[in-house]
Amino acid sequence: MVDVGTVEVIPPAEVEDVELYHPKSWVTKYVFCQDAKVIAIQYSITAISIGLVALVLSWLIRLQLAFPDTFSFITPSNYYQFITMHGMIMVIYLLTALFLGGFGNYLIPLMVGARDMVFPYVNMLSYWVYLLAVLVLVASFFAPGGPTGAGWTLYPPQAILAGTPGQDWGIILMLASLILFIIGFTMGGLNYVVTVLQGRTRGMTMMRLPLTVWGIFTATILALLAFPALFVASVMMLLDRVLGTSFFMPAIVQAGEHLKYGGGSPILFQHLFWFFGHPEVYIVALPAFGIVSDLISTHARKNIFGYRMMVWALVAIAVLSFIVWGHHMYISGMNPPFGFFFATSTLVIAIPTAIKVYNWVLTLWRGDIHLTVPMLFALGFIVTFVNGGITGLFLGNVIVDVPLSATMFVVAHFHMVMGIAPILVVFGGIYHWYPKITGRMWNEKLGQFHFWVTFLGAYLIYFPMHYLGFIGVPRRYYELGGTAFVPPSAATLNVFITAAALIVGAAQMVFFFNMIWSLLKGKLAGSNPWRATTLEWQTPQTPPGHGNWGKELPIVYRWAYDYSVPGASQDFLPQNQPPAKHMTEAAPS
Amino acid sequence: MNIIFIFLAVLAAIVVWWLSQQRITAKPWLETGPIGDTGASSLPAAKIGLGVFLAIVGSLFALLLSAYSMRTEMGEWRPAPVPKLLWLNTGMLIASSGALQWAQIAARRGKMDAVRASLFAGGAFALAFLTGQLMAWRLLDAAGYYLTDNPAAAFFYLITGVHGLHLLGGLVALGRTMDRAWRAVTAGELRLSVELCAIYWHFLLLVWLVFFSLLLLTDPIESDSGVVAFICRIL
Repeated sequence: MVDVGTVEVIPPAEVEDVELYHPKSWVTKYVFCQDAKVIAIQYSITAISIGLVALVLSWLIRLQLAFPDTFSFITPSNYYQFITMHGMIMVIYLLTALFLGGFGNYLIPLMVGARDMVFPYVNMLSYWVYLLAVLVLVASFFAPGGPTGAGWTLYPPQAILAGTPGQDWGIILMLASLILFIIGFTMGGLNYVVTVLQGRTRGMTMMRLPLTVWGIFTATILALLAFPALFVASVMMLLDRVLGTSFFMPAIVQAGEHLKYGGGSPILFQHLFWFFGHPEVYIVALPAFGIVSDLISTHARKNIFGYRMMVWALVAIAVLSFIVWGHHMYISGMNPPFGFFFATSTLVIAIPTAIKVYNWVLTLWRGDIHLTVPMLFALGFIVTFVNGGITGLFLGNVIVDVPLSATMFVVAHFHMVMGIAPILVVFGGIYHWYPKITGRMWNEKLGQFHFWVTFLGAYLIYFPMHYLGFIGVPRRYYELGGTAFVPPSAATLNVFITAAALIVGAAQMVFFFNMIWSLLKGKLAGSNPWRATTLEWQTPQTPPGHGNWGKELPIVYRWAYDYSVPGASQDFLPQNQPPAKHMTEAAPS
Repeated sequence: MNIIFIFLAVLAAIVVWWLSQQRITAKPWLETGPIGDTGASSLPAAKIGLGVFLAIVGSLFALLLSAYSMRTEMGEWRPAPVPKLLWLNTGMLIASSGALQWAQIAARRGKMDAVRASLFAGGAFALAFLTGQLMAWRLLDAAGYYLTDNPAAAFFYLITGVHGLHLLGGLVALGRTMDRAWRAVTAGELRLSVELCAIYWHFLLLVWLVFFSLLLLTDPIESDSGVVAFICRIL
């Protein structure tokens, strides 16, 4: 360890103490609140509530697939509406909002040692615009004709033509909701980026940041640059639908009648959509990578292996994610050299991703692994992410993707890598930070039950689905009917998958029960139950008070991973612990 | 898609420069102790925030222009004429940007009268620009290039519309700055707001100039089609 001198060298107030907004009434304290911690909880509750709607929709989808011709309330139109809304809600309104708006708002100011976000008012607006976007989305369920059934990718021309469910109002509300979401997110994202850039406390260099902050920071930059593509696509499609322009609409003859459209390009929409859509995968994955790194290091009582590599890999993945969008469009008729380019760039992402996985495993290597509930979820994530990533190597190749693209194999792949894996991290993160947010511990046994049912159940759902894909069971279909190449055993497997999906979905109620029970009856946590090093665990109050730090901002003396430092008196050294104290303790020689 | 990639390359260069300032090759596990310089910029947070915001808005316009240039290469592309009025509008926007630049200089020198006058001039020229853009819409419409019939006209309405909305948003910020300027605060207190307005205006002028030159290149009357096809292929 390098001796860098005494504590007194720190220049005073490098970071100016900001003048905080002080809430005066109940409304400004809990409703229209500018405190990032309250905004985080508002974001999380809204995102999880709408996520539960999407969970119920997935049950309905599974019921139809397992028992066709059984449920009179699931018509083909309903089915398409269910799969569209399920996908859209899960990807954008749940995962993006929860990782960035929820975890980002709560953790960024605390972890960098700030009192709040740099623009608290804009941050508050961000949540209310997000809530409005969610309400517009929910409104489409009650609009005449129901929500749109265009598929979550909203491909034109069918998305806005008669014959697609929700053509009247559903699609208009969907596009309006997306536009609102992006405006709201931009307000929040601006805060997350500028707070990490300018809000760090004394001594907190970028290379001393916990990887959680690095993950959320890079993901936010990705989102800020990629969401405009969805914004442009949504505005143009809205104009096509409402005013009759032809940005994406070619000349179409429908039911013997020439429509007013002509000359537009559906492929242009696909380019714009996936220019957003691929980075979106990493907008969800990068915060998960960051959080998992911190969970593993904390609960294995060992410093993260290869911190610099972890940071560089995050940046490399972020850069690469902008040049791979074409792999979603292999079957839209692509010039072979382009296909080759996109396949290559896609497979190259495996390198920084593999670096991260190796580093997680090497962090665990000879660590003092505590199988706490957050750790179980983190380990579950690594396994699931590798699993989903490997099928990604299949689908990244044009020649393998072409036959598999329209099958259940793709559904299995992206649910593993982009559904289950990040959701496991969401749970791990909530179990990990809940004691800080509420001051109380979870019930450990219920948490373990929740983990094992969710983790094993997810495999029971998605593992067989790969085999359905291999035998050619198509995705998106309402029912298979008399398809000759699909054996009857596929129907049996579908029943099995549906049973697993119902059980896993129902098991999530244990999580919510545990959350509420612990809030009332849980064991008091104290300020640092996991004996973690990062700043959020060093606040004077638990839950952290308004302004986070009491009178003085913390001063950071070390990186975020000083676990099991040889010679130290305890197995962790908080980031704000001055070296002098530790040096005297550790200097018998 | 080349325009968005050129834009992203510029951003990537900025990010690489910034990362190079953050000692990303440091070994944080060896550096226990106080570090005075955290690598945060000495600029005010509002200015950094505006910079990040302009990167987002820039990405929005780069994507719109990319879509426009991609669309020109696809079937059934019929270019629309470029109204001569746009030259006058361009002049108005340059004047508006220039006035705000002058306001910024005046604020730095502490001359409140000059700040007020030039803020007012900047706002007036910006309103003149917006009025001119609306008239250009009317001209195109009167010439038979409707929103729904012609892809080039549709892109023109869309991009000028989005650009105009951004300028309107800027006018709100400018209005608040003017309000404070008239309430006789000192030039020092006003300096940052004026500077932010000026930066935003210059940025929107740049966006407009890029789009306007792209329009002129694809104008069926003004230019030689061989050159157009060539440039469109590059972009």
